[in-house]
Amino acid sequence: MQDAATTIAVDRTLGRSSGGERLRLIARNVFPFVVVGGIWEIIAWTNIFPRRLFPTLEEVASSFVQLTISGILPHHTIDTVIRLLSGFALAGIFGITIGVLMARSRRAEDVFLPLVSICAPIPGLAYAPLFLLWFGLGNLSSVLLVGFVSAFPIIFNSWTGVKAVKEIWVRSAQSMGADDRRLFSHVILPGALPYILTGLRLGLAQAWRILVAVEMLAAVPWGLGWMIFGARKFLNTDVMMAGIVVIAVIGLALEKFVFRKIEDYTVVRWGMITS
Amino acid sequence: MTENGQSLRSIMRAAITLTVAAAAYEALARSGYFAPALLPTLGNVTRALFASLTDGTMIAHAAFTLYRVLFGFCLAVVVGIPLGILMARFQRVEHFFLPLVSALMPIPSFALVPLFMLWFGIGNLTTVLIVFYAATFPMVFNTWSGVRSVNPLWLRAAGAMGADENSLFWKVIIPGASPFIITGMRQSFLRAWIAVVGAEMIAASDWGLGWVIFDAKEFLNTDVMLAALIVIGCIGYVFERLVFGSVEKATVQRWGMTRAAKG
Repeated sequence: MQDAATTIAVDRTLGRSSGGERLRLIARNVFPFVVVGGIWEIIAWTNIFPRRLFPTLEEVASSFVQLTISGILPHHTIDTVIRLLSGFALAGIFGITIGVLMARSRRAEDVFLPLVSICAPIPGLAYAPLFLLWFGLGNLSSVLLVGFVSAFPIIFNSWTGVKAVKEIWVRSAQSMGADDRRLFSHVILPGALPYILTGLRLGLAQAWRILVAVEMLAAVPWGLGWMIFGARKFLNTDVMMAGIVVIAVIGLALEKFVFRKIEDYTVVRWGMITS
Repeated sequence: MTENGQSLRSIMRAAITLTVAAAAYEALARSGYFAPALLPTLGNVTRALFASLTDGTMIAHAAFTLYRVLFGFCLAVVVGIPLGILMARFQRVEHFFLPLVSALMPIPSFALVPLFMLWFGIGNLTTVLIVFYAATFPMVFNTWSGVRSVNPLWLRAAGAMGADENSLFWKVIIPGASPFIITGMRQSFLRAWIAVVGAEMIAASDWGLGWVIFDAKEFLNTDVMLAALIVIGCIGYVFERLVFGSVEKATVQRWGMTRAAKG
């Protein structure tokens, strides 16, 4: 959530400035990367470290282009994204359902809360070997693990969100004759949505982190995590770096484009929060 | 129904839920429908836990993991807090580091494990560095926003009362930013704890709780695996509740900062 705050802040300054201001801002943001890239390049060219382990930026760029043209990198990326989305969809469906149930019925809360609060604090990856044993190597266990792990923030946030809906809204809607279904879809869901979206965002970030690691362990045939891990055996550090760049870009894009857009269309538009 | 009776009933129900869940698991494990190697009974898990605790192996594994996580976490605190303060106090530093930090932050720490394995080999150094990488960013971000959010009125009031730079920093800025800094420590410890388990699995050395779990998979020792999971959960819980909870009580709540930060 911290990084979300800063990206918003950066965006604002971008939006306000114009022309030369804007150019200077871009230059200022690019400058640190140029410095770090330059230092990297100098270290790589001096051959202090073996070139295989510390490739120059040109080598990374050229292997990136080669992998993209040959279709290997896109294939890895697509498989990873599909896995991420299916795991995350599972987490979203079950997480929101359980969270809302927990908030609406005391019985469900008493049943689920102890289970959830015992399972949630264990680091997600610690479950990985267990899932691998139970569901075998490959797609099934990685998708299930991603879903399982990223469901927890979603459950917690939808639970708090529905609980935080103001009692007075619920009562006024009831006194105006709203039945249960209308109450849910017109009052409770919009009221809880800012929290639910925060939960989804946290869940997605978690899913992304876990997925990369799980792909390394679960021996899936395609996937960015596996690509990086496999490259280790052949000392293809340039391939690894290219994979890391793609992972970083996807991570950033998920955060900045997907969720900002959803928020703009729903909660901001309904006036629940000001962007 | 009184508030007390209500919570008592909740505890009762929680206990019943857990008992039912445990019984269901036990029944599933004993039914013979699944291989017992994959689904050990609770008795076997407890036995594995006690055996490994009494012969000291589990304690040694936990000690190695704790050493790595605390080492990496301390490094992250030592680097992260000063960097965050510098970023908040000097615009030049902020302009240089903020883009870098924002670009590196979305890279999951596990993605770097293979690279670090090539660079630093298998073992302690790689794990500590991965933990350090995972824990630094929440630390930097929280310190940065904490120092920036110190009420300017306090700064001016202290300045008007003749505080010099030094006492302004130690008596106003640091206590003012402390709720954020402690939140940052909490978040980065959580990240560090996640990272250490993953790094130990992938960059398998020979000790550590993550490695125990992964190694147990090779030999289908599901009971050892579950025992290690329990230990991991307990240590995480102890740190989250006891250590950070009491740190928060000793500093922030005593200075009355949580209320001030909210209001």
